[in-house]
Amino acid sequence: MSKDRLMPSTELACYHCGESCRNTDIQAHDKHFCCEGCKMVYEILNEHGMCTYYDLNSNPGQSQKITVRPDKFAFLEDTSIEQSLISFKDHQHTHISFYLPQMHCSSCLWLLEQLYKLSEGVVSCKVNFERKEADIVFDHRLMTLRQLAELLTGIGYEPYISYNDLGKRKPVTDRKKIFRLGVAGFCFANIMLMSFPEYLGIDDKEGQLLIFFRYLNLVLSLPVFFYSAGEFYTSAWNALRQKFLNIDAPIVLAIWVTFARSLYEVLTGTGSGYFDSMTGIVFFMLAGRVLQDRTHRQLNFDRDYTSYFPVAVTRINDDSSDTVTLPDIRLNDTLLIHNQELIPADGIITRGRALIDYSFVTGESLPVAKEMGEIVYAGGKQVGGNIEVLVIKEVAQSYLTRLWNKDLFKNESNQESSFVHGLSRWFTWVVFAVAIAAGAYWFWQDGSRSWNAITAVLIIACPCALLLSNTFTNGNILRILSRNHFYLRHATVIEKMADIDTIVFDKTGTLTAGTEMEVVYDGKPIAPEIRKKVATLAAQSTHPLSKGIAAWAGQTLKDPFLAFEEFPGKGIEGMVDGDLIALGSAVFITGKTQNDEASVVYLSVEGKLLGRFRFRNHYRQSVPMLLRQLQSRFHIAVVSGDNDGELLYLRKLLGQKSELYFNQQPEDKLEVLKSMQQEGRKVMMIGDGLNDSGALKQADVGVAITDNSNNFTPASDAIIEAGSLPNLYQLIRLCKLNQKIVMAAFIISILYNITGLYFAVQGTLSPMIAAILMPCSSISILLITFGLTNLSSKRLKLD
Amino acid sequence: MSVIILLLIASISVAGLFLGAFIWSVKTGQYDDEESPSVRMLFDQQPPKK
Repeated sequence: MSKDRLMPSTELACYHCGESCRNTDIQAHDKHFCCEGCKMVYEILNEHGMCTYYDLNSNPGQSQKITVRPDKFAFLEDTSIEQSLISFKDHQHTHISFYLPQMHCSSCLWLLEQLYKLSEGVVSCKVNFERKEADIVFDHRLMTLRQLAELLTGIGYEPYISYNDLGKRKPVTDRKKIFRLGVAGFCFANIMLMSFPEYLGIDDKEGQLLIFFRYLNLVLSLPVFFYSAGEFYTSAWNALRQKFLNIDAPIVLAIWVTFARSLYEVLTGTGSGYFDSMTGIVFFMLAGRVLQDRTHRQLNFDRDYTSYFPVAVTRINDDSSDTVTLPDIRLNDTLLIHNQELIPADGIITRGRALIDYSFVTGESLPVAKEMGEIVYAGGKQVGGNIEVLVIKEVAQSYLTRLWNKDLFKNESNQESSFVHGLSRWFTWVVFAVAIAAGAYWFWQDGSRSWNAITAVLIIACPCALLLSNTFTNGNILRILSRNHFYLRHATVIEKMADIDTIVFDKTGTLTAGTEMEVVYDGKPIAPEIRKKVATLAAQSTHPLSKGIAAWAGQTLKDPFLAFEEFPGKGIEGMVDGDLIALGSAVFITGKTQNDEASVVYLSVEGKLLGRFRFRNHYRQSVPMLLRQLQSRFHIAVVSGDNDGELLYLRKLLGQKSELYFNQQPEDKLEVLKSMQQEGRKVMMIGDGLNDSGALKQADVGVAITDNSNNFTPASDAIIEAGSLPNLYQLIRLCKLNQKIVMAAFIISILYNITGLYFAVQGTLSPMIAAILMPCSSISILLITFGLTNLSSKRLKLD
Repeated sequence: MSVIILLLIASISVAGLFLGAFIWSVKTGQYDDEESPSVRMLFDQQPPKK
């Protein structure tokens, strides 16, 4: 490692993670680090000569400021847990796949695949970058699963293991459609090739060859008819069984009629049939479907509370403790909850002082202090010291879990209905009418041509053009949306997005940025020296408000002479280099209660009141702009689980018409949405936490917002990355354009069809024209949809 | 004439071979992760320890 990296001039960036170093003391090998954790990772890598990690990308690591509790992975020693996590085990090797959400660049890939150099026990490690998973094979005679997890944690890649992973088998990816597409493509191309002699008018003398070509085509069309088109058969049949005629029904009819007529023509030697058209349609339609169904493999739209909960927690017995998996937690068990750990079941605090962050569960922005004897609900995260909790409800009966077990979460959304289905039904009837009219006409004129005319009409006018334009437009719009970090679960969501007229926002974590707080100080000016002392004192406490002040105050003293005492629920007081400084509530500092609108912390130096810190939720920067933009076109509502401290600000932002609801329980949120829907409104809900999950499910379109798409998001129809929130309006506009583009492409292809029909009803459609018309119309639809969607996204100034 | 038939059989079997290769590649998961192989091949072998 001879490379000397020039540090940026003013601020020291951590060599490992790139964050600015507040403390300049943490160094190793002339490199600066922001915290001991980052330094440790560097030292491990340096020791094994693996600093290429830092050469591939600058500052590739993740901040290690939050240290992982040493015995966090103790539960992996439990054989039953291990059994349910690993995928394969023999007498020597164990295979396991870990989800490592920290993975983000080529350095990560490199380091993880060199894992065997860090420990003898690791045999191999293969990374799947898209899924952020590492498939690791290790020798269980040399290392345990726990040691492996700790090794990964040691280099900054803590495996994410949740309750949901227990006993879960890997979902088998459905590749059937791809195989079907492959087969259809193969047959289509070859049939086209074999048909050329016929199109170009093969010599009559070559009759033998002609027959050979026809039979070859027949044979090649069989896999398409029986295998590739199976996609449409099952879909049509499923819809039919539910007494619903979907778009696939007329398509199946068209495929069958085409096949039957072609078979008849070839077997009787009267013609060459339309095998090329039939396989071509199937191929293009399957391609459209595959494009539309391309899912975002790295995202998960179906997460429920189980993937948020840990696998196991520590249970305290009379004189010892053990790890217990969540389903095995029984009433009256005593659980030890560590700092930053989730409370898995409702319980009563029996020891320790709890400070519980419910922001994810209820939407309250500030942690709640709970004393011994008080009830804590599952889903809250403990911040601060360890606590002991006596379980009063098992996991499955807990408050949060019950919400999921409600009926709402059980019945899956019913039939997807799309305007395309309605249109296709209408279209089908028209085609039938034309076919029968043509058949009847020719029956009187020339009986032999009537059968010919009917089948030709059905073949040429199948609604595949509509289906094609729909699937290709949807596919491309999904692609554009995901390029803008807005991921839809399914193509049908596009249409639902186009219909909405009301947008409901959650506050905490959606309009405001997660845990960030805006600190406002008012009072007498603070001297720089005092400011450092305040920072030093505030840094001693784990209370979030105290942390906020520490961040606000900035630089701490280097070697302070410090003596302090923390008064739970009140404040902190201490001597810092000879000054008595106190931070805390109004009662604690001034002795009197004050009427403060929001969370306020008072500061006194040497017993004299200096000023106070006000804490405000930090709204995402783009929020005011976005809300102004949306206001004019949509009803806007805010439904928050937090108190109404921000009512005035939001009212100002959203105007008088807006509906604001505060102190809403998860069920209340759901009810608010229900009542809006009963008024006939189409509602889009944007939220982030478990407390929004009911509302997200109830909404016509539920959108989960996240700062990082690998984080936990509740079940939803769509996931949007916070950075794309400003573009929300444009994204909705694009969805609204979807329908217009489908219609435009459809009308153009109808023109083709009418040309075809003109010949078909006369019973004079030559195979040549049909053969040219079919792929031409398909390809033109393809080009039109792609062109129009890209054009509209450009005009909306999207990426 | 028989030459054409022979050629056809040859061409279709070659195409069939490719179809088989395609199905095999999908089946063995070669399209599961489209990102890492392109990065992985750029890594040098282990740089010498200093």
